[in-house]
Amino acid sequence: MDIPNLWLAGPELWLAGGAMVLLMIGVFIGEGSTRIVTGLSVALLALAAIAIFWFPQTGEAFHGAFVMDPFARLMKILVLIGAGVAIAMSVGFARRENFARFEYPVLIVLATLGMLLMVSANDMITLYLGLEMQSLALYVIAAINRDSLRSTEAGLKYFVLGALSSGMLLYGSSLVYGFTGHTGFEGIAASMSSGGVSLGLLFGLVFVLAGLAFKISAVPFHMWTPDVYEGAPTPVTAFFAAAPKVAAMAMLIRVVHGAFEPATTEWQQIITFIAIASMGLGAFAAIGQTNIKRLMAYSSIGHMGFALVGLAAGSQAGVSGVVLYMIIYMAMTLGAFACILAMRRADGMVENISDLSGLSRTNPMMALMLTVLMFSLAGIPPLAGFWAKYFVFLAAIQSGLYVLSVIGVIASVIGAYYYLRIVKIMWFDEPEQGFVPMASELRVVLGVSGLFTLFYVLIAGPMSDIATNAARTFF
Amino acid sequence: MADLPILSIVTFLPLVGALITFLIWEDSEVARRNVRFVALFTTVVTFLVSLGIWYNFDNAQSGFQMVEKVAWIREGDIAYHMGVDGISMLFVILTTFLMPFCILASWESVQNRVREYMIAFLILETLMIGVFCALDIVLFYVFFEAGLIPMFLIIGVWGGARRVYASMKFFLYTLLGSVLMLLAIMAMYWQAGTTDIPTLMAYKFPAEMQTWLWLAFFASFAVKMPMWPVHTWLPDAHVEAPTAGSVILAGILLKMGGYGFLRFSLPMFPLASADMQTFVLVLSVIAIVYTSLVALMQEDIKKLIAYSSVAHMGYVTMGIFAANTQGIQGGIFQMLAHGLVSGALFLCVGVVYDRMHTREIAAYGGLVNNMPKYAVAFLIFTMANVGLPGTAGFVGEFLTLLGAFRANTWIALIATLGVILSAAYALWLYRRVVFGTLDKEALKSILDLNTREKWIIYPLVVLVIFFGVYPSPVFDVTQASVDALLTNYQAAVDGAVQAASK
Repeated sequence: MDIPNLWLAGPELWLAGGAMVLLMIGVFIGEGSTRIVTGLSVALLALAAIAIFWFPQTGEAFHGAFVMDPFARLMKILVLIGAGVAIAMSVGFARRENFARFEYPVLIVLATLGMLLMVSANDMITLYLGLEMQSLALYVIAAINRDSLRSTEAGLKYFVLGALSSGMLLYGSSLVYGFTGHTGFEGIAASMSSGGVSLGLLFGLVFVLAGLAFKISAVPFHMWTPDVYEGAPTPVTAFFAAAPKVAAMAMLIRVVHGAFEPATTEWQQIITFIAIASMGLGAFAAIGQTNIKRLMAYSSIGHMGFALVGLAAGSQAGVSGVVLYMIIYMAMTLGAFACILAMRRADGMVENISDLSGLSRTNPMMALMLTVLMFSLAGIPPLAGFWAKYFVFLAAIQSGLYVLSVIGVIASVIGAYYYLRIVKIMWFDEPEQGFVPMASELRVVLGVSGLFTLFYVLIAGPMSDIATNAARTFF
Repeated sequence: MADLPILSIVTFLPLVGALITFLIWEDSEVARRNVRFVALFTTVVTFLVSLGIWYNFDNAQSGFQMVEKVAWIREGDIAYHMGVDGISMLFVILTTFLMPFCILASWESVQNRVREYMIAFLILETLMIGVFCALDIVLFYVFFEAGLIPMFLIIGVWGGARRVYASMKFFLYTLLGSVLMLLAIMAMYWQAGTTDIPTLMAYKFPAEMQTWLWLAFFASFAVKMPMWPVHTWLPDAHVEAPTAGSVILAGILLKMGGYGFLRFSLPMFPLASADMQTFVLVLSVIAIVYTSLVALMQEDIKKLIAYSSVAHMGYVTMGIFAANTQGIQGGIFQMLAHGLVSGALFLCVGVVYDRMHTREIAAYGGLVNNMPKYAVAFLIFTMANVGLPGTAGFVGEFLTLLGAFRANTWIALIATLGVILSAAYALWLYRRVVFGTLDKEALKSILDLNTREKWIIYPLVVLVIFFGVYPSPVFDVTQASVDALLTNYQAAVDGAVQAASK
């Protein structure tokens, strides 16, 4: 093996080794070790992110199965931030809800390791390895509250459907391999451009995309999302909503632009359909929700649809739009979940939307930030969410996807209704009993996310440069 | 002086005021008073500084003046580009002029969450000025849409009984119109390669594309204006909004629609505008006649004025799409005059609403006995609303009718009916509210205007009469820009006709 190449996979190796050490620490110290393991795992993720940021390197390792490029670099940093913040947000929850298990942060680190592999995968085998590494950890995390019926149900549901989707993905890759003779993305692309896109290959493509769509919870593979979001403990949901979505989207981008570039017109149709269905379902199904976690599940389905609009464009502007969308989406989602985690009364957590009523009086700062986030999720300028939508639709218009764009913006108006409803409940309704004061880690997350969203206009220039730079990898 | 970015200063001064207000973090009687004074001070200073724009404005130039341009987002080529011309400059002044009155009008009527209220208004002012100054189409859109957020909260938090319904309807209606415009903006960017408004105005879009773009922009501006049949959000929003909210809504927000037609539809899509002329004129006339009839039957004072606003905006769209000097000049003047008059009318309603807490016409009557000063002021504004010669309302109405007459005689003829109808509903309203005997028990102790209210009402009386008698200051400003707009429009339309005949 080419030893120097290992440096490219440095962050992954670091996480893998670190997770083992943390597991040891947990086992030897026992139940009291949650705090220290949690702290160390955040540090582990942060160091990995810093390393990736400070030592930009590009190249391929493991005979082309693993690739590190500007795109992977940005997405990895994003995934690490998402995972780190999710662990940090669980601290207060763990203390109050008897949720103290040292396995939780370790499992998140392992899932993150899988995600980093997904982001860097340049081969169907690596892709599958990373995906399963991530998924298996996530199944366990979803069911981590094993005494809770809802949590175990969520875990089981996630596992069964996830296994099904993995199977589809695997079947798709085997078809692709059978018809091209390659598992590496470059090989697949080369074989396609010389040999054309045969029917069998097309089937392979459809199965691969179906498997990937499951991971980003796009319609029609979204069924697990609301149940898992609602059933899993809230910090877990916060984690599910951010980092795995980013990683899966990054993987999807790489698969369609790396391996299936010659079949662009074919996958464009599929992605267009998935995008329309996701945006539509996300907009309509969220209206009737009363549970805020369930609402966020439908909201995330809708947002994945919007991100896919950029992907459907099949251009550099499109990829750059998706990258930007994922950055902004993650920032907004983490902030929103910081608020949901702060919905705690003296007698425990609450998660109904109506529990927010009159929040602008009982906790003005939290209400202000959540309002900013809601308007941003609805895509109202000048907040960050608007710019996310702006660039994906800009790319779609460039590619002439007018019908998709019109349906998309109309879905965004319908979707605006349920975000407005939350704002309405916070500002227009009479106050209920207030929440207990927010934990400090949640305050920090909410503050950073809210300020990022609010003042995004000031950094819009550099941010879109970063996204463009990452997108240039594929063109 | 020339280097001072005066437009940015005027635009963002209110935001600074909002920030200061935000920092007053307690909720005592003193703090509330401070908040009010900070807001008033900010808006007055903004108005005074904005007069500098008028002072520096060169009436002879038709292009954009006091231009500021900074690169902003490379991807998508978006710049922070500000500037005013004869069409937009006076709207900036109108905005900054009306704001202090809004703050004063809310002085006593808003006791609840004063700080948030003032912040919302100051942010709204920044966004409204930004709309009229923006010379980048994306920047324009950002200002245009962002205004929904504060207005949504103003209606929803400080509004009347059905405020939730009204604010939701307002928000979603306008958003739906605007998102289509956003897509059109993107299509224009890929076609012309820029989002810069002056460049886009010079760019000639293909004729077929113009139609689509025109329709998308029309969707947004027609809702904002609002034109019949998409006006239904306005009466609800007006009725439920607090007084100052109604003033801003009628005075400024509606004008963004007309401004949009003048800034985008006519100069950028001249061929489509020419094709659609009859369509718009017909819609305008329906708006004028139909909503005037609806206004006749209203039992709520604010709702009546709201419908009358829709009718008056009908004159504006009619004038603009008549596409001749009289029509466009009249349209602009009508917008400015309506900004003053409808704002003043809502303030008048606010005066009695603060005392009686009802907007029902039937609850009033005979106010003239106890409130002579109020009765005179209300009469002047009513007459201006009707379009009596000598008031600001007349000039715009007359010119738009003149313009429409040149474009389409039948349209002008039917539109003139609206003048009669407007006299009917406005005078009938006035008779029912102000005249008659004061026999309602609750009204017996009603007081005339207090000092604060005099400060609000009297300056508006003076301006309404001043611009009715001497409208030239407005026309001097708009002349050059309107002429340039029409020259380009005519050239484009003639060019297309020639190309077709070849």
